[in-house]
Amino acid sequence: MRLDYPPNVKIIKVPCTGRVDVIHILRALEDGADGVMVAGCMEGDCHYQSGNLRARKRVTYVQHILDQIGFGAERVAMYNLSAGMGVRFAEIAREITEKVKELGPNPIRRAQEASGESTKEAVHG
Amino acid sequence: MVKAKPKPIGEIIDYVKDFDKVLVAGCDGCVTVCEAGGLKEVQVLASSLRLYFNKEGKRKDIEETSLTRQCDREYLEPLLDKIDNYDAVVSLACGVGAQFMAELYKGKPIFPGVDTCFIGSTQERGVWVERCQACGQCIIASTGGICPIARCSKRMLNGPCGGSEKGSCEVSKDTPCGWHLIYERLKELGQLDHFEAPTDPKDWTTSRDGGPRKIVKEDVQP
Repeated sequence: MRLDYPPNVKIIKVPCTGRVDVIHILRALEDGADGVMVAGCMEGDCHYQSGNLRARKRVTYVQHILDQIGFGAERVAMYNLSAGMGVRFAEIAREITEKVKELGPNPIRRAQEASGESTKEAVHG
Repeated sequence: MVKAKPKPIGEIIDYVKDFDKVLVAGCDGCVTVCEAGGLKEVQVLASSLRLYFNKEGKRKDIEETSLTRQCDREYLEPLLDKIDNYDAVVSLACGVGAQFMAELYKGKPIFPGVDTCFIGSTQERGVWVERCQACGQCIIASTGGICPIARCSKRMLNGPCGGSEKGSCEVSKDTPCGWHLIYERLKELGQLDHFEAPTDPKDWTTSRDGGPRKIVKEDVQP
């Protein structure tokens, strides 16, 4: 199965989405990611019982934070799919990429470009 | 333990918007247990503040730390040497820690990052409930181990009142009637005589009515 999904999607593997914490998603955005998608197992099918349910709550919390700071909650999303759903994975990777493209670049990068700073300098500043 | 909840980020942004170097300082004590002010919450708040100010094109240094306790001098002193590196501090400790920090770090603006709520316990993960109002004179020996000051919405010493209905308080159906709980517990203990004996008015001078309080334990004083 050779499926295409946008090459700009960087995959970070974790044993279970239950490992994904609020700070991981925030730091991805701090480091310049335009959006973050958390792909967990189907609800009810977590190998660790409830990792994906916890991840969903954390994603919701991050969305709440992003709304509070005017960053836009839509840059972060949680999807549920099984390991056998490669076609669906490629589909949602395209879907979130399109959505994030519509939203435009990470607001931090936009601010840096407006002030003439390079991304790297500002991200680690 | 003291229970607190995070302040809205907008409020904290407003506090620190005019400062360039900000320290977000957590407390590893009570507020860590209620997940409002430990290292994890420090990291999330600091990251959120950086995201916000970077988005606004404002360069700020926002650093993170968490102290064993903010309400004891020995844990605040190590920061004394470094405190002048910052223009302001956001304290994620309870009101005690934040105030003690302000007392010790003279001339440094200290802002609260949490709203301190009550003394309570963990009902379940993510749910904390009030259990004590620190009135200074504990009376639960005669009320089946349940405090009418903390559990009765009216702090009645001789309850329940007419607002008690099917075990719930008239304030909210989700709030158990403190005096209903006391009655049931005393019945279970075979101590209903405590319930029937009227309780005399309480001396509230040991509570806040006597002004700010102080405990002195001479045997442990240096």
